[in-house]
Amino acid sequence: MTNGPDHARPLTPSGNLRRRLLLNRIAEMTATAAAVLAVAVLGIVVYSVLQRGGGALSWDFLTQAAPLFGGSSGGIGPAIAGTGLIVLVATLIAAPVGILVALHTTEFAGPRARTIIGVALDLLNGLPSIVIGIFVFGLLVSGHHQSGFAASLALAIIMLPLIAGSTQEVLALVPRSLRDAADALGVTRWRTVRGVLLPNVVGGILTATMLAVARAAGETAPLILLCSIFGQSAGVNFFSTALPNIPVTIFNLSEEADPAGFARAWGAALVLLVFILLTGLAGRILLGRSRAKISG
Amino acid sequence: MSPARAIVIGLRRRDSATSPGDLVLHGVCLVASILAVLAMALIAYEVIEGARPAISRFGLGFIVHTTWKPNFFVFGAGSFLFGTAVTSGLALLVATPIGIAIGLYLSLLAPKAVRGVISPLVEMIAAIPTVILGFWGILVLGPFLSRHVEPWIHAHFGFLPLFGPGQTTGSGVFNATIILTIMIIPIVASLSRDLFLTVPAELRDGAAALGATRWETIRGIVLPSTASGVTAAAFLGLGRALGEAIAVTQVIGGGNALHASLFQTGDTLASRIALQFTGAENALQTASLFYLALMLLVIGVLTNLLAQLISGRFGQQATFAR
Amino acid sequence: MTASDQQAASESTHVVRPRVQLGQAPPPVRPASALDGRAAARNPEGADAVFDIRDLAVSYAGKAALAGVSLEIDRNLVTAVIGPSGCGKTTFLRSLNRMNDSVPGLQIGGQILYHGHDLHGPGVDRVEVRRRIGMVFQKPNPFAKSIYGNIAWAPRNLGMKAGLDDRVETALRSAALWDEVKDRLRDSALGLSGGQQQRLCIARALAIEPDVLLLDEPASALDPIATASIERLIGDLKHTYTIVIVTHNMQQAARVADRTAFFSLGLHAGVQTGTLVEYAPTTTIFTRPSDQRTNDYVTGRFG
Repeated sequence: MTNGPDHARPLTPSGNLRRRLLLNRIAEMTATAAAVLAVAVLGIVVYSVLQRGGGALSWDFLTQAAPLFGGSSGGIGPAIAGTGLIVLVATLIAAPVGILVALHTTEFAGPRARTIIGVALDLLNGLPSIVIGIFVFGLLVSGHHQSGFAASLALAIIMLPLIAGSTQEVLALVPRSLRDAADALGVTRWRTVRGVLLPNVVGGILTATMLAVARAAGETAPLILLCSIFGQSAGVNFFSTALPNIPVTIFNLSEEADPAGFARAWGAALVLLVFILLTGLAGRILLGRSRAKISG
Repeated sequence: MSPARAIVIGLRRRDSATSPGDLVLHGVCLVASILAVLAMALIAYEVIEGARPAISRFGLGFIVHTTWKPNFFVFGAGSFLFGTAVTSGLALLVATPIGIAIGLYLSLLAPKAVRGVISPLVEMIAAIPTVILGFWGILVLGPFLSRHVEPWIHAHFGFLPLFGPGQTTGSGVFNATIILTIMIIPIVASLSRDLFLTVPAELRDGAAALGATRWETIRGIVLPSTASGVTAAAFLGLGRALGEAIAVTQVIGGGNALHASLFQTGDTLASRIALQFTGAENALQTASLFYLALMLLVIGVLTNLLAQLISGRFGQQATFAR
Repeated sequence: MTASDQQAASESTHVVRPRVQLGQAPPPVRPASALDGRAAARNPEGADAVFDIRDLAVSYAGKAALAGVSLEIDRNLVTAVIGPSGCGKTTFLRSLNRMNDSVPGLQIGGQILYHGHDLHGPGVDRVEVRRRIGMVFQKPNPFAKSIYGNIAWAPRNLGMKAGLDDRVETALRSAALWDEVKDRLRDSALGLSGGQQQRLCIARALAIEPDVLLLDEPASALDPIATASIERLIGDLKHTYTIVIVTHNMQQAARVADRTAFFSLGLHAGVQTGTLVEYAPTTTIFTRPSDQRTNDYVTGRFG
């Protein structure tokens, strides 16, 4: 109790302050090092893909089909088309359902329904994608054939919570006063939704969809089960045959011990990575902008 | 309450009939929501149904038996449960402190401009498709581990059974654990960053005015008040790791047996499904793989529910769906 | 000292150094504690400047907040800082313990001498500064810990592990909170009333035995009864500590302060910024101010 300092002393560190400052310094350096480590890992992975995949890129690579019997020619043209179609159909399924679910929770549902739907969506979001793949397998493929549609359905289930969640967010940002004004004018609910709410949040929904697409385009596990056995036959039916697609192409090539195959896989990985990173980045930037626009 | 609101409430009471447009919209939204909730229930039902032959054949013992021989119709999940526990557990142990440190850096230490650059970069790690991570794990990380890292560790710490001799390919539990760590870090980092930013500036000001260093403020004020949120974030990261099938199956080597050494091959629940599902030899194998999926489903749902509980969802609107 | 008084008085109208003698320390009005002995030892005859502020100027990212502020703050007195909002009162207060350091784009001109040492001198660590110069904020900000934990946290950081229980009790007694909470020290501090929380924050600041206590509108978020208890407390604390209090409530300044500094917006070197207008014993400020602007403010002509 008598260890109070003489306050007229200079203000340089006294007592245990030097040790505390050292501890502080160490803590700050550790945190910075962790951040540097994370960025370094990102850099290493991206660099590997760029370096090894860049060499394989060419117009032929992007447009032609994979070689029939192995070898170093050919490309991933059909796989790009296949992924594009599968992701497109998945979006067409997931987006309307996701928006409607979000509308339901913000406009119509009571608190208990909101909690149930929220829990269900969070559970869906956290479900391992391979389990979703097994589910759709049991539903559509078991006893029949693999198909691009089955893959789309699985991806749609994965995208649904993402779209619904983000749409809920942007809907909640629309100011109360806009809704009140519409109601006070005697406008019916659905007209309010169509004319007042949706136009305001269209930007947010678009970017939420972009982010969901970025997530789904890279999903491989369901596709392994649902859309992985594809040949070069001419007859390709979206609903009854498996389509070539990029994630499975990369996976298959990575499991074989063919160096030429590896080169093609790096090229495909580069294409996929660029698409996903660009879509994700654009989506995030736009989401920030539309958030500011609505609440600002 | 705004005057507009008061008018609206009055109007609604008087005007009980809603337009057909409203009913249609409400109906359609309701159907969509039911679909969403139903999807979850349906998934559980399907998986249980698919696993039924294996459940009736092996019962609960399936969970601990470690023999997996399709030719002999003997299946057991034991070694894969072990593999899942080891890879995900170790990955969580390493990734959580690193993620928290990054979260602290981004929220409290970095200047705003730096934060604006590094935050998206950290989130980008989570955006990398796992098949690409796994492929990188096979061709880049694997050789690096088998040529430099594993021999060094084995030479210095080989007395521990944990660090036995390595494989030539670099595939194994260690490789898979590193990949999973890379996957968990951005999840914990982004969520903790957001959590730390919610600690009110007045509390940090109060601590600073008492002559506390930044670290003391973090240790005494920031971390304790966000402890439950950070735990929930860790659980979400764990959930992600538990369910990862593709990257793990690419690098873990698909081994059947239990090993003590990290440098040996192994398998996890998810990766075994990915490995053998399309090439299953008999119906019992398929059913056993469904059984694995059921175990994965239960573990995944439990972890997710725990995370939601810890973060207090049952009371708030907060959702981590992103 | 007399010569410089006259010189200062004749040089400018906005710094008035009164010729008030601080003699013997008045007898303490609460039970004796170890702190009293230190007070007596540290308060010899004669006024002693704790802060000597010379031509202080503060700006954030080019925008001037404060300029041309010069005054001396003496020990064991309550010095009030009053003035309309936006005139730099809080900026001034926060400069005294370098709490402004974390604001981006901060620029400081002039000097703040604390017991003769430059507050921004080389080798000065701001953690050490805040060890000696404590602050209590406008809105009570107790940590989400127990009452005991709130008080004991900073001393533990400082390594004052011995006699922690006594230290907590003394701090709570000094803040006139002990009797109300002595049976529930382990309860959460967030369960206290507003006035109690603010006294807890004061006790928290006292627990590390500072030299100066800076109070930023400490009672503005409190009800009249709690305000009165805080003001009583300030009257007791000044015997041991030096107190600087920012307040927008003129009557409060008149009640608690020995000296008052009136800040206002004015032109300084062509720029509109906060500046010190008049500094004098409180009674002088309120009854016979030298500056017309002071007179206008205290008579309520502008606020």
